[in-house]
Amino acid sequence: MIYSSIGYYSLILGLVISFPVFFFSIKNFRNEEVLDYKIITFSFIQLFLVVISFFGLVFSFVYSDFSNETVFNNSHTTKPLFYKISGTWGNHEGSLLLWLVVLTLFIFLFLIRSKGLLKKYRILTVLFQQIIIIGFFVFLIKSSSPFNYIFPIPSEGLGLNPILQDPALAIHPPILYLGYVGSSIIFSSVLAATTLNYISKNWATHIKSWVLASWIFLTLGIMLGSIWAYYELGWGGFWFWDPVENVSLMPWLVLTTLLHCILILEKRSILSSWVIILSITTFTLSMCGTFLVRSGILNSIHTFANDPERGLFILTFLFILILISLFIFLVFHKSDNQNSSSFFFFSKETSILINNWFMMYFLSVVLIGTVYPIFLDVITSQKISIGPPFYHKLIIPFLIPFLIFMAIGPQLKWIKSGLEGKVYLAVIFIISLLISFFIVKNTNTNFLVNTILIGSAFFLFFTTIRDFFLKKLKGIQQNIAHFGFSLLILSILFNNIFSSELIANLKVGESTKNDRFEIIFNKLEKFEEKNYILFKGNFSIIENEIEDRLEPELRIYNQPNIITSEADIKTSLLTDKFITMNIVHNEEYFNIRYQVKPFMIWIWISILLISLGGLISLFKKKYEK
Amino acid sequence: MYGRKVKLRFLFIILVLISLILSVFLVLKSLEENVVYFKSPSDIQLLSEVKNKKIRVGGMVKEKSIQIKSNKVNFVITDFKNEINVTYSGVVPNLFSEGKGVVAEGYLKDKSFFEASKILAKHDENYMPPEVKAALESK
Repeated sequence: MIYSSIGYYSLILGLVISFPVFFFSIKNFRNEEVLDYKIITFSFIQLFLVVISFFGLVFSFVYSDFSNETVFNNSHTTKPLFYKISGTWGNHEGSLLLWLVVLTLFIFLFLIRSKGLLKKYRILTVLFQQIIIIGFFVFLIKSSSPFNYIFPIPSEGLGLNPILQDPALAIHPPILYLGYVGSSIIFSSVLAATTLNYISKNWATHIKSWVLASWIFLTLGIMLGSIWAYYELGWGGFWFWDPVENVSLMPWLVLTTLLHCILILEKRSILSSWVIILSITTFTLSMCGTFLVRSGILNSIHTFANDPERGLFILTFLFILILISLFIFLVFHKSDNQNSSSFFFFSKETSILINNWFMMYFLSVVLIGTVYPIFLDVITSQKISIGPPFYHKLIIPFLIPFLIFMAIGPQLKWIKSGLEGKVYLAVIFIISLLISFFIVKNTNTNFLVNTILIGSAFFLFFTTIRDFFLKKLKGIQQNIAHFGFSLLILSILFNNIFSSELIANLKVGESTKNDRFEIIFNKLEKFEEKNYILFKGNFSIIENEIEDRLEPELRIYNQPNIITSEADIKTSLLTDKFITMNIVHNEEYFNIRYQVKPFMIWIWISILLISLGGLISLFKKKYEK
Repeated sequence: MYGRKVKLRFLFIILVLISLILSVFLVLKSLEENVVYFKSPSDIQLLSEVKNKKIRVGGMVKEKSIQIKSNKVNFVITDFKNEINVTYSGVVPNLFSEGKGVVAEGYLKDKSFFEASKILAKHDENYMPPEVKAALESK
């Protein structure tokens, strides 16, 4: 009770603080040379209040205060403490409050970390960021307050959907939001810099660390969601091209493109229009992501809210922001005049630019696949869905040139590069094709495409390895990230080609087999846990006369009443053995699905490597300064 | 004649245009091929021909219709007006049971027989897929 009130009133006070920030910013913008310290102070107060408000909600969850509607809807007294806390952001209202925390945190960090820069630029960034912050405040207080009262006070809550009660998913939203909201700073700062015509090499160096930080968080956030989907949803896949996943992938694609554009801007001060457009797009897509996931348009497990008013608010707000940014872009932006035409075909920037176009193509494919069903439903009320074949068909062939340019690009110089001394690239390419030919030879699917695709991935793989030895620490960040990407593509491809599975309905004591392995259902045990009943199956898998024991679980949760399957996974460096068990219609039969998934762990390792590349880049720069 | 620069730029623009047109064509074509339409059992009765194309069928699992064999599950999907027999081999979601909503993806063999390759799982006990709700309400 008390925590909710504290939370609610500090939220309102936080909104009120926006006015002094606005007032002092505008006053300071015209007058003095130095930044008014009051702006920083008030930004800090605002951050402080929002954090208090957030903790108000966290404590309401921890103490199971069911007079609070959000707590009532999403928590339960028997839930473990960890999931009570993570339940705070596992819902629409709480996750928006978390957005606000990060928004205010980032603008405060921006203020204290941008000391050497132009005063007017800093103030304008604060102003733009405040517009976003106020929007979120109003949205939270007006249409999705996390602090609504219920009377009479219920004695028990409705509980959190058990498949969301999971460590990976508990930290997935905060990490993802750090990435999403980081793009808001990029957005505000790009608008400020455009207005003041301040886009320059210096500015690029300064904004690069924000881009890198958001990019790392976004990458890790997507990975966490994907790991969760892998072991919790029980299909053995890690990416389903579900709209909810696509929505997080789209900002990532744009942010990656932006990162590379900023590198060019930093080195050659060209492509500033690209940088502006990409920054605006990233933020727009992040907002759209929140909108699509939280408004109930996408029918998926992430949809907790089903309120058109909320969707309408975010859409209107987004529309206004886009209008403002387009206006600023068209009115204030002056295109780079210095040596903008000196593009040579063989240069680092050309290869980056070509891959940027590929990225934009991938983005359009994902965007169309995600949005088209929604539009069709609204316009013709035809219900359709677009599955993985659509994405695979349109994306996979274009990965080939994409990978090749990724390998060649770093080998070229800026501005102009010759062909001399590049024979080794051809040699590596031919070797890669040969290796991939011998790997693919024994499989029967799509022989030609697979050979070339795996060949290109190997090409990138070997050129980056060669660079580790030749260039040592020079460009190590880029090299690690590109190496990670080649590893990612290779593991995904091998995972797809060499996976095998066996599905059967079994009773206890029965067994089944195919030409590779035999599955024996040994026994089934029942346990009573704190908030669920547990059925643990015990299976023997016999392959090449080696026996593995796997114990998948079925959990019957009491509140809410939901059955979930917990996969049992045996991970090794080479393959994952994955088994799930489902109830079939309350009979004695259980539906068993056993899968062998090669190179699964390398998918996660390679994503970690990609983010590590970003991390090194972030700190290397600071160190060198 | 035009200068080299103009020629290059012209070439560049043509290249961009061609690749744009190509990619739009590609996207549209594979959209057409890969879109999966949602039908209710009654919609299926109205079809003029049975095409060999992947679709989704949604409705309620008819009471007392589930039959389980060692590698197969047979059941009937109904929208209380028309119904269709479904056969499926694969993983059944935990919430799949009689009298609950279901969405099956697969191929029509004829107007009363459907071979499913996937049964969609993402719902809790109170949740009904929007398509199923619409299919049931419109009858």
